[in-house]
Amino acid sequence: MSATRMQWLSPRNLRLLNPGRNESLRRGGSGCRSLTLPLSPGRALSGPSATRRGLPKEKMTENRAPPRAKVLTIDTMNPTVRKVEYAVRGPIVQRALELERELSEGMKKPFVEVIKANIGDAHAMGQQPITFFRQVLALCSYPELLNDSTFPEDAKSRARRILQSCGGNSMGSYSASQGIDAVRQDVARYIERRDGGVPCDPDNVYLTTGASDGIVTMLKLLVCGEGATRTGVMISIPQYPLYSAALAELAAVQVNYYLNEEKCWSMDLGELQRSLEEARRHCNPRALCVINPGNPTGQVQSRQCIEDVIRFAAKERLFLMADEVYQDNVYADGCQFHSFKKVLFDMGPEYSDAVELASFHSTSKCYMGECGFRGGYMEIINMDEEVKAQLTKLVSVRLCPPVPGQALMDLVVNPPQPGEPSHDKFIKERTATLSALAEKAELTEQVLNTVPGISCNPVQGAMYSFPRITIPEKAVKEATDKGQQPDMFYCMKLLEETGICLVPGSGFGQREGTHHFRMTILPPKDKLTILLNKVKEFHQRFTQQYS
Amino acid sequence: PTAREGITRHAATNHGQRRAKAWRPVEGLNCQFSVRRSARDITNMSQQAANGLPCRGKVLNLDNMNPNVRRVEYAVRGAIVQRALQIDKELKEGVKKPFTEVIKANIGDAHAMGQKPITFLRQVLALCAYPDLLDDNKFPDDSKQRARRILEACGGHSIGAYSSSQGIECIRQDVARYIEKRDDGISSDPDNIYLATGASDAIVTMLKLLVCGKGRDRTGVMISIPQYPLYSAALADLAAVQINYYLDEDKCWSLDIAELKRAVTAARQHCNPRVICIINPGNPTGQVQSRQCIEDVIRFAKEEHLFLMADEVYQDNVYAEGCKFHSFKRVLFEMGPEYSTTVEMASFHSTSKCYMGECGFRGGYMEVINMDPEVKAQLTKLVSVRLCPPVPGQALLDLVVNPPQPDEPSYDKFMKERTAVLAALAEKAGLTEQIFNTVPGITCNPVQGAMYTFPRITLPQKAIDKAKAEGQVPDMFYCMKLLEEEGICLVPGSGFGQREGTFHFRMTILPPTEKLKFVLQKISDFHIRFTQEFS
Repeated sequence: MSATRMQWLSPRNLRLLNPGRNESLRRGGSGCRSLTLPLSPGRALSGPSATRRGLPKEKMTENRAPPRAKVLTIDTMNPTVRKVEYAVRGPIVQRALELERELSEGMKKPFVEVIKANIGDAHAMGQQPITFFRQVLALCSYPELLNDSTFPEDAKSRARRILQSCGGNSMGSYSASQGIDAVRQDVARYIERRDGGVPCDPDNVYLTTGASDGIVTMLKLLVCGEGATRTGVMISIPQYPLYSAALAELAAVQVNYYLNEEKCWSMDLGELQRSLEEARRHCNPRALCVINPGNPTGQVQSRQCIEDVIRFAAKERLFLMADEVYQDNVYADGCQFHSFKKVLFDMGPEYSDAVELASFHSTSKCYMGECGFRGGYMEIINMDEEVKAQLTKLVSVRLCPPVPGQALMDLVVNPPQPGEPSHDKFIKERTATLSALAEKAELTEQVLNTVPGISCNPVQGAMYSFPRITIPEKAVKEATDKGQQPDMFYCMKLLEETGICLVPGSGFGQREGTHHFRMTILPPKDKLTILLNKVKEFHQRFTQQYS
Repeated sequence: PTAREGITRHAATNHGQRRAKAWRPVEGLNCQFSVRRSARDITNMSQQAANGLPCRGKVLNLDNMNPNVRRVEYAVRGAIVQRALQIDKELKEGVKKPFTEVIKANIGDAHAMGQKPITFLRQVLALCAYPDLLDDNKFPDDSKQRARRILEACGGHSIGAYSSSQGIECIRQDVARYIEKRDDGISSDPDNIYLATGASDAIVTMLKLLVCGKGRDRTGVMISIPQYPLYSAALADLAAVQINYYLDEDKCWSLDIAELKRAVTAARQHCNPRVICIINPGNPTGQVQSRQCIEDVIRFAKEEHLFLMADEVYQDNVYAEGCKFHSFKRVLFEMGPEYSTTVEMASFHSTSKCYMGECGFRGGYMEVINMDPEVKAQLTKLVSVRLCPPVPGQALLDLVVNPPQPDEPSYDKFMKERTAVLAALAEKAGLTEQIFNTVPGITCNPVQGAMYTFPRITLPQKAIDKAKAEGQVPDMFYCMKLLEEEGICLVPGSGFGQREGTFHFRMTILPPTEKLKFVLQKISDFHIRFTQEFS
């Protein structure tokens, strides 16, 4: 939005910019007042301010408790919230929880347990926490343990350092809203090490409540305009549904670009260009989101591809958002994680001084899988100083990210060093987790590709497989008759028959007419083998049943 | 003025102005910004043109960012706190100041002010973080038992697993039981409990659900003035209409129904009031509402068809004799089914305040009552996008609502620690009121509850003029000067809202008694000096 445009909008109009474009409510017509309409027949004659007052007073006293509708109903709630969808915890997961309850109540099912392969929740799938991390967290929680000789010295010295940077030496005090200074410094050093020395300023690092929080905050900053000037945000399809959910809530325009399934879910510049040009006809595309390694698609982007994307963002003047929470999760031979920041700086000052970028990381994935702590950070590059001040102000309203999560983030970016007592154990645990994941990535691809009607790209990275499934025409029809997406129908049936909980591809987006599901590769190997075989048998059964 | 004063004042005003400019809402400043921007763009252009890139400004700048975000203000961590952090740094670097440390009395951050964590809570958290300690005989059995119970409720028995988005089920059950006990048996359904990332998270989520409409149909939300600025910030962010109702300072910051009526009637001319927010015990004003007052508010909410939001995070912080915490829920149910089956309400609680003061863990919950089931489903969906509140905070909340019982080994120690904290707070509440009221030009209501005093200060006309000449709100000018001269960080009343022409500041009563006495003395001296200087 231009400066002149901002000027003629009065403050009051500005306040009303956000609430969603041309919102038409799902039922019952034309606005928030629709529900009170049938209750107050005299309303049509009275002026607008009277209708806002709701029912006439006399009516209330007559009936004592008049049968008024609720203040807050599905028709009078925030319409942008209604449009939010989040498949990873959607109806299929609700049903899985129900089944679990039924099982525990002794109900008979064709399976003995529900296996939740719907979400990247490593510990829930049996992965053990890294000992060093948990030792330091215990020390930080209950500092009397610092006198306990059973804890290694390096764990104690980390804990002391973290506590010293907390107000009153307690994790129970608020931190700075941007995150604890010392932790941000450690994050900056980690990034520098990772990126072969490209400098990182701790002032550009914001600690967050998981990466999700950072992503939503960044999107919120970016959204403005109305109608054809409303901010558009380019996201990959398939995408991680946090993006579509956040955009719906912010009433921003979702601009889809499709990944190329035939080329291992790679990103295609022609497709980016197509999508952008179409979007420019009805909105103002200002941001491009990239997830690398990919969720749900598991691809790892080549250096060349990242360069192309950066060039595209520079040319088209897009703010780049790089979701890099799976940066340690790269399994395939010949694949390597390249950070957007590193590539940006390798491309020289023409790009590294100009392209605005935010990169996100988290404690929830990689080898640690500590989802429950809600730790994360974002690094912003080339952000306008005034906008940065606004960002700092915005995050201050929520006071601070959870301090235990910040402490954990510190350990992730500053793990035991060679020569420290915990180093060997740490490396052993880390390597065990990552190599088990690599093995499971391969196993998954291999087994699924033996099933006629399932085809699966290699899981190069991250923790998911997103195979394509062929659903017979009869099944598609039955699903459509039921008002269900065919892959939801498929996954729901799989859940009811086998107890396996996956997420239908439609929750992530997919090319029209194709069907997929997302499955994590996190269950322990023996369990994963059983799971894959069950999916295999189910798919064959399903195909026969509907042929 | 001495040379030193001259310099510090200069530094202060410079800083204050710059901040105020950077953070001030859009109105009236566009012109300045645009002029400044275009000047800078020209520099950028020439640099970039040489590099062969398009000669335009940033993709994201102050003029094209989310205008709602620009209007957000949050004084508790605003300009004055930024300056306090800077002074802290300067002190560390050896810069000479008329004081040796910055005392931050701006925020209710108990541990930062030296309050010690409750041993039992931290023992259980350590056990949950590192379950190997369950074999350690240093830990009392009840702490181990709690830890085991929490871990069993976590996926893979780890607090590193995501919980369900609404919060761990057994913790929600414990919360429900706690509410039932607190409210003398009025039933609470765990399905109506949502755990949250501190109470702030839940409050923002609830407000978000409620906002709709455009123009004159836009949702209006009634908030007290003075208010806790989370509310105004969230409303700005959501582009909802803020409706102010004023608390009665002359009657100990009590809530007056006639004022509520005035506010809602006036608001109906330009928006659609749908919500009333109450903070009890009050922040920043420290009043504790009477049962009668709560009844009146509930009646008002019903008559005016408003959703009631009760911020009750200070429910254990009641100090004044004759005052007692009454939960909105309990009063609602005692008013009979005519009210208890109709009035929609959400109540908020947190692990950050009361006797535990565990702010860093970001634990909290809300209970929703009479919420439309379809809306509840939408709420559940909405919170699922953020996956779950931090699990250590959930665990902590569990311990707060289910503390050691009389027959358990940790009970005595727990009670001793809890009582010590609350008694010290009560003492400090009394002390603060007493000392401030001896200072001419400061008047202070009793701190009946919560953890703040919000005294009214008389500012000389000359000081007001000077502040205005420097583009500052007078109480910001006052607080900034106090910070520069005494190293004490308070929040100006303007950050919370106050009646036109009155001035206040908010100060926490959290510093240890001796330090608090010192702070109170310093402020008193400063106030007298300030008054003289500008008379």
